[in-house]
Amino acid sequence: MGKDKEVMASNAAVAEHHHVAPGDPPHIHHMDSSTAYGAAKLGMWLFLATEVLLFAVMFCSFAVMRYYHLSEFHDASNHLNLPLGALNTAVLLFSSYTAAVAVTKAQKGDNKGVVRNFSISFACGLIFLVIKTIEYTGKAEHGMFPFVWNEHFYEYKNFLGIYYCMTGLHALHVIIGMIVMYIYGIRPAMNNRYSGRYYTPVELGALYWHLVDLIWIYLFPLLYLVG
Amino acid sequence: MSHANHHSHDEVGHIVPESLFLKVLIALLVLTVVTVLAAQVDLGKWNIVGALLIATVKASLVIYFFMHGKYENRIIWTYILIPFVLLAIMIGGVFTDDPFRSKPVPLQVTQQP
Amino acid sequence: MAAHSASTTAGHEELNYLNWKTGLWSWLSSTDHKRICFLYLYAIMIFFVLGGIAALIMRTELATAGPTIPSIVKDSHTYNVFFTMHGVFMIFLFVVPGIPATLGNFLIPLMIGAKDVAFPRLNLFSWYLYVFGALIGAIAMMNPVDTGWTFYAPYSTTTDTNVSLMVFAAFVLGFSSILTGLNFIVTIHQLRAPGLTWMRLPVFIWASYATAIIQTVATPVVGMTLLLVIAERVFGAGIFDPTKGGDPVLMEHLFWFYSHPVVYIMVLPAFGVVGEIIPVFSRKPLFGYQMVVLSSIAIAAVGFIVWAHHMFVAGISDFSAKFFSIVTFLVAVPTAIKVFNWVSTMYKGSISFKTPMLYAMGFVFLFMVAGTTGIYLAMLGVDVYYHDTYFVVAHFHYTIQGGAVIGLIAALHMWFPKMSGKMYSETVSKTAFAVLFIGFNLTFIPQFILGMDGMPRRYYDYPVQYQTLHTLSTIGAFMNGFGYMLALLNLAWTAKFGKVKAPRNPYNSKGLEWQTASPPPHENFDTVPVVTEDPYNYGVPRHA
Repeated sequence: MGKDKEVMASNAAVAEHHHVAPGDPPHIHHMDSSTAYGAAKLGMWLFLATEVLLFAVMFCSFAVMRYYHLSEFHDASNHLNLPLGALNTAVLLFSSYTAAVAVTKAQKGDNKGVVRNFSISFACGLIFLVIKTIEYTGKAEHGMFPFVWNEHFYEYKNFLGIYYCMTGLHALHVIIGMIVMYIYGIRPAMNNRYSGRYYTPVELGALYWHLVDLIWIYLFPLLYLVG
Repeated sequence: MSHANHHSHDEVGHIVPESLFLKVLIALLVLTVVTVLAAQVDLGKWNIVGALLIATVKASLVIYFFMHGKYENRIIWTYILIPFVLLAIMIGGVFTDDPFRSKPVPLQVTQQP
Repeated sequence: MAAHSASTTAGHEELNYLNWKTGLWSWLSSTDHKRICFLYLYAIMIFFVLGGIAALIMRTELATAGPTIPSIVKDSHTYNVFFTMHGVFMIFLFVVPGIPATLGNFLIPLMIGAKDVAFPRLNLFSWYLYVFGALIGAIAMMNPVDTGWTFYAPYSTTTDTNVSLMVFAAFVLGFSSILTGLNFIVTIHQLRAPGLTWMRLPVFIWASYATAIIQTVATPVVGMTLLLVIAERVFGAGIFDPTKGGDPVLMEHLFWFYSHPVVYIMVLPAFGVVGEIIPVFSRKPLFGYQMVVLSSIAIAAVGFIVWAHHMFVAGISDFSAKFFSIVTFLVAVPTAIKVFNWVSTMYKGSISFKTPMLYAMGFVFLFMVAGTTGIYLAMLGVDVYYHDTYFVVAHFHYTIQGGAVIGLIAALHMWFPKMSGKMYSETVSKTAFAVLFIGFNLTFIPQFILGMDGMPRRYYDYPVQYQTLHTLSTIGAFMNGFGYMLALLNLAWTAKFGKVKAPRNPYNSKGLEWQTASPPPHENFDTVPVVTEDPYNYGVPRHA
């Protein structure tokens, strides 16, 4: 039976004015909240899979370049700042821990805990980026950076090329992860948005942040240790 | 909703205690120290194998505990594993090529007729 | 399959997804999967026409030896730009979005009894990404690229046309494809109607699911590869450039790692379409449903391990070439299984030769030619001779055009009554099909022979001995183009001005999408359907 235009319009109006209390899942017109949660989670894991595949290309290129230029890779890797790299590893691991804790806090309805823990992860992201900047500027001073390549270090081009592509794209993902944690975690939690019934954005934001950590778990040994 | 959809743990997820996360973090930090120390020893080509193995253990801990992988269903696990399988195929396929290329043969210049 | 949803009774000015909200902005801001189908359809058709014009310009130049239209195709560089445009437009902007972004969007929720896809706003965002990618590509045309759609290094990393912009456009388009695939995977997992178990899904859904997996996991690989091309151009990363110790063949490996699976993105949905059309117009259940399902998944999976058959003469090792040759033979097997299933479905069926069925049957024939000639190319010794000749060009046009594009046109004719609520003229559509089919074969059979005679591809001129075949091919190309225009204009005209209203289920199909009104209401179903039967019980007595 064809619905009357007025009835449909008023149904739409009701949906728009559907009041969402703090801690309630949002109203989605074609899925119940349980299906929506499962869909969101599967969607985020699929997206993480695509991110892994993005980096997979660079891991493969790394493998090939290393195969052809093994001694160059060993030498070039020694020019990387191992203590700073290791510190960055610890920073990201710790931030991953606080992100996981944030999810548990959200599940318990502890919005302040969400704000606190995601903020720590956010701060760790900042520290990571600062350390990375220190490393990059140090390289640039020695002529080991794109656009200011120094003939002395041209021989390390293959390693450094892939190094900057991998760490550069990773740093971009750190920035994105920080933004996501702020917009979908910290800000809503400051308004008491989350509860045991609804914490999906916190979980998804944390998943994305863990991915950032995961990639670094592989980048660090390959670039800084093994070379 | 529908019984055709077999999603589990959807409404309220399994709440993982923070103490477990702390234990995982300590394990991860220890493994980081191990991998740095192992890299100081020259094991030739086994260095990279060892480094990747330790990294994989760390990654598995992050996925299994931090990312709640322990509680996820087969569908999500399939999509967790697919990228790693594809990476293996990618590297495997490329390495059927590069190590097996014949060395370039110097050009023999023949006499002009 | 039986469903218990109420059907729309005939009335004047019923509300449906087309008319319940009007105005351009209501379309551009709509998250309704049925409207998004049309947003994509209009967009991809623009590039089908543009890519087709590029092809006709190429074919006109090639109609005679020596310069034919020197005012347009001034030199070899211009010709190279045209074949690059043709490839980029047709592949990234037409066939890859192709059936999934249009018919996939329209049909998937309807076929599974859902109100929309899992992430409707993401769906609309995917379309805007497509438009954004197209715009970047348009800007790149200011200094048009002549590398071919394959962007091989080191030419692409060193030449001074707008390569970076063009490959960045492809990157953005890739993300549109990834997000669509992701959306469809989640939709099919989460939003199936009660009773709709996996093995009761229509094969179009299985095909779309396999396609969506490839879209989601393969596309990031080419995305990153193209970003690395940009990195190499912008700051000389030295990964693909041999003068810097890089490996140009690595670029080909990474490029084809996606670009082989992408052909399955193009053709798997067409397999699904054909699998839907043939049972309906044979009044018989699909033969071997389980094998059709398994073969869809097998094609997607095996399709990931054959990529280097595009590289047999690129300098890869003998060992590599042998490995990839053997697995390429493997991937033909599940496709052949499908052909047996379709033909067996028709056997002893009660066949009705309506336009969708003609296209489906045409597809089976054309794809058999495609697949068989693919086997020739999989043979190493043969490929050494045929690679980069017109034989390959003919082969991939039979697969992509004879397969994916025919599948799209077939689907548009099959579901036109559902999408528009009108019936088109069978006379016009059948005439268009005949013109198109004859034109297509006239274009490409000469090209198989040209290839066997040694005519290289991507050449803007040739010795006069090849001229007859080239002229025939050009005539065919114009017929082909005319056939498409006739078919598509017929549908477009009917949608706008047609008078014959479509019944709810004109072909008596058992699909869920046919149990709701033609066109469907905005919310798809008045009540949630419940599924109790297998999908293709045509001519099968009801069992209790």
